[in-house]
Amino acid sequence: MEYFLQQLINGLTLGAVYGLIAIGYTMVYGIIGMINFAHGEIYMIGSFIALICFTILGLTGVASVPLAILVVLVVTVLFTAAYGWAVERLAYRPLRGSFRLAPLISAIGMAIFLQNYVQLLQGARVKAMAPMVTGGFVVTEKAGFQVTLSYMQITIMALTVVLMAGFSLVISRTALGRAQRACEQDQKMAALSGIDVDRTVSLTFLLGAGLAAVAGVMTTLHYGVIDFYIGFLVGLKAFTAAVLGGIGSLPGAMLGGILIGLVEAFWAAYFAAEYKDVAAFSILVLVLIFRPTGLMGRPEVEKV
Amino acid sequence: MSAGAAEPLLAVRGIAAYYGAIQALSGIDLEVREGEIVTLIGANGAGKSTLLMTICGNPRGRGGRIVFDGRDITALPTHAIARLGIAHVPEGRRIFPHMTVMENLQIGAVCAAEQDFEGDLDYVFALFPILDERRHQRGGTLSGGEQQMLAIGRALMSRPRLLLLDEPSLGLAPLVVRHIFEVIAEINAERDMTVFLVEQNAYRALGLADRAYVMANGEIRMEGTGEELLADADIRAAYLEGGHG
Repeated sequence: MEYFLQQLINGLTLGAVYGLIAIGYTMVYGIIGMINFAHGEIYMIGSFIALICFTILGLTGVASVPLAILVVLVVTVLFTAAYGWAVERLAYRPLRGSFRLAPLISAIGMAIFLQNYVQLLQGARVKAMAPMVTGGFVVTEKAGFQVTLSYMQITIMALTVVLMAGFSLVISRTALGRAQRACEQDQKMAALSGIDVDRTVSLTFLLGAGLAAVAGVMTTLHYGVIDFYIGFLVGLKAFTAAVLGGIGSLPGAMLGGILIGLVEAFWAAYFAAEYKDVAAFSILVLVLIFRPTGLMGRPEVEKV
Repeated sequence: MSAGAAEPLLAVRGIAAYYGAIQALSGIDLEVREGEIVTLIGANGAGKSTLLMTICGNPRGRGGRIVFDGRDITALPTHAIARLGIAHVPEGRRIFPHMTVMENLQIGAVCAAEQDFEGDLDYVFALFPILDERRHQRGGTLSGGEQQMLAIGRALMSRPRLLLLDEPSLGLAPLVVRHIFEVIAEINAERDMTVFLVEQNAYRALGLADRAYVMANGEIRMEGTGEELLADADIRAAYLEGGHG
């Protein structure tokens, strides 16, 4: 039972990270109908920017940990969002109106480019960072097995909940969110209503990259080990999460992220840790076979 | 029509349009003056909807000029044209199906030059009280007639100078059609709204319009006042008899 509880906590933490990244996949799919395979690399870039920021802050000797994290979050989100924006502007927008596979191929090219770009600039070795936030609560203890909920895990979950709640509000209540949904449902009509579709798409990439950046910061802080290749696997899992939740659905992406995190944590705990990726991707296959619209996706509306 | 020498609100001069390599419009010349109701009739596939879309920049007009309110809009992107005050109620209504009636109207207000959202909303609800009752319902769940009302309401929320209507009567019950046409006449009379109307229901459209154009095979074939065209033997034979309104 204690073991179960601990894995639940670990799984939720992991799921929060996947959920934040999955939102980027699902939003971009919703608005321009493509899978942005470079999104995982955007997350990877976020974690590198975070590492660089922490290093610089460490050199300047900022003593307050919460302040340092806040500064790094803001800087990382800004820079990573700029990357996300640039990727769309350079690699996807020129291909809009081209055949359907073109932006997808471009995305894969962008992903390879970004990996190599970071590898060249930062080296291929694994980078590690000493944990900044240590300690936590002991939830229960039995027969020497402690169930702990670390401060870092609390931070990740709380931040994710706040971001997702805020984000849902933006999408459902603000003019930007309405414009975004209008472009999702009917781009031609959105343009006829005076909505600048290109600008809305740009903003979507900015927002998605911003959330991935937060996931990157959290990864750097919590797991402490990053390299130029982490975006591939994490990106694929977040993509799986988006498909599981129903691609195009925001609450679906959040739910899917959490479920994938839990599956991975429990599989690693009770079956074989080596095969946790297999478990996650088996879900992708099963969902695609049995429920292609995902848990919360809506079936394609036939356009008249 | 008494405007005489004054610049028309919309002038299309020698415009052609293409879908890929296929030419859909050629040498289109027409104008719509402030306060007029102008209608465009013609058989299916004549290019009527394409012409309305070309005015909105999608597909882009080629070979000539489209001037709105003294400004050349031929090269502007669609959303910029909408923001200058051209509201389009497109073929098939194109309601945002997963948004509520209210949200659809809010989208309509995106490019309203002066913001009086509540006032405009009251006006639309006064024209179409059913929309008020359905304000929290999703657009996709409305009936065809209600969707058409919402599409017109959405267009009015932008406070347009020119209202483009593409077959507003298509697929609707006669009673609803009558209501829609009454509303078009009403906004033209009360708000001095300039209307450019594409209609398959030629009889009704010619009765409402100040002037009309007849289109065939991507070209304008004839123009005149509504009464003139109603009296024209060729028009009667081609568009009015058989398919009566």
